[in-house]
Amino acid sequence: MTSTDIIIHDEKDNVGVVVIEEITPNQDCNCWIMENDKSVKIQSKNQIPLGHKIAMVDLNEGDTILKYGHDIGKVVKSIKKGEHVHVHNVKTKKW
Amino acid sequence: MEIPKSFLGYKRENGRAGTRNHVIILPVDDISNACAEAVANNIKGTIALPHSYGRLQFGADLELHFRTMIGTGKNPNVAAVIVIGIEPKWTKRIVDAIATTGKPVEGFSIEGVGDIDTIAKVSKKAQEFSMWASEKQREECPLSDLWISVKCGESDTTSGLASNPTVGNLMDKLEPLGVHLCFGETSELTGAETVCEKRGKTPEAQAKFKKTWNDYNDFILKEATDDLSESQPTAGNIAGGLTTIEEKAFGNFQKIGGCQFIDVLEPAEEPTKGPGLYFMDTSSAAAECVTLQAAGGFNIHLFPTGQGNIIGNPIEPVIKLTANPLTAKTMSEHIDVDVSKILSREMNLSQAGDELIQSTIRVANGRLTCAEALGHKEFVMTKLYRSA
Repeated sequence: MTSTDIIIHDEKDNVGVVVIEEITPNQDCNCWIMENDKSVKIQSKNQIPLGHKIAMVDLNEGDTILKYGHDIGKVVKSIKKGEHVHVHNVKTKKW
Repeated sequence: MEIPKSFLGYKRENGRAGTRNHVIILPVDDISNACAEAVANNIKGTIALPHSYGRLQFGADLELHFRTMIGTGKNPNVAAVIVIGIEPKWTKRIVDAIATTGKPVEGFSIEGVGDIDTIAKVSKKAQEFSMWASEKQREECPLSDLWISVKCGESDTTSGLASNPTVGNLMDKLEPLGVHLCFGETSELTGAETVCEKRGKTPEAQAKFKKTWNDYNDFILKEATDDLSESQPTAGNIAGGLTTIEEKAFGNFQKIGGCQFIDVLEPAEEPTKGPGLYFMDTSSAAAECVTLQAAGGFNIHLFPTGQGNIIGNPIEPVIKLTANPLTAKTMSEHIDVDVSKILSREMNLSQAGDELIQSTIRVANGRLTCAEALGHKEFVMTKLYRSA
């Protein structure tokens, strides 16, 4: 089994979580989808620390972030595939 | 793994079983703390539970105060109780309710006596209780005597990925064995509230959950000056990669595995519908939540953490687990169970769940938790509104 750099909860999710100490820009990462045990690859665009999210697809302002297969917030600044997803480009829909 | 059928606990007069054998000195109010602490200092084998409230409270807030005091005394991890208040009336109300369990309990009031003579009188009784309790032996108790509460803290994305699902795996395996289970954290289900509501086993449980969450949300909308972005998620959550309250909520929700809740409890309310999973309306502040769950009668607690919450409780042992490899390394003295190998896929969820079950039983049998060894005894009353 190849090492896993990123874990994705659900096949529908458009973000994954970094599970190694850090990924560096332009790193080729192995991603594991928990729901169906499939593997995919992605190249990172930013440095992303452990536990932080990476965009699996290009995302536009207003798009919904899906994690656990559920809505966890909205994109407030467009995000390219492979970029860091966090409070600088995603906000809650609750308040 | 074959799940053990029993653990070694302290059988109590009312049929419950404790995982601990504490003699507690319980102050009714803030001004009786000094007396309670002096007694606990005099008499070995007792612990004082100082707190900040108990004067001029009224209505639902006062009822919650009584429920928390009484429930703490009734908890099966407590062998015997001394209650000390400034006035006799409220003290007696607490003593009488704890006495229904059949355990030794005695109340004292300070007014008209003063601290020094009260301390002398109470110390004699506390010595008697402590020496009596010290002879209690652990006996084999069925696993169904475990009442397990759960709450996560300083969560990060590793909590939702691995440590919370590990707790969920334990729930899936222990629920069929007749264990009582409890989750709470009303605020931290925000975003997952409709998904959570559907986990109610009956329409009544679902409706009760919906009302509880809506009442909470109305309160937030009324009181919040702008939003909860500074508190939910916390700075620690954000550092760990959690971006929104919704993301935190879905991670939090992993703790109940595939279980359905059979009832919704008021804060500190004792469950009455038999074994199974309960939701308790609690704050998400760790010490407040665990204090309420302990007062509800839960005798062992599971606490997944991401960035490293260090909480403990004076009467309910708090077992910590983490899936964050950095936390497991940098804060190892606080972590009872390390499940970070789930992230590197060297361990699967079921193996992690089994390991947590084994650790839970070891702690139920008497092994100290990290928080106990480090002296964490956070006893924090939930206050609903300001006093009169």
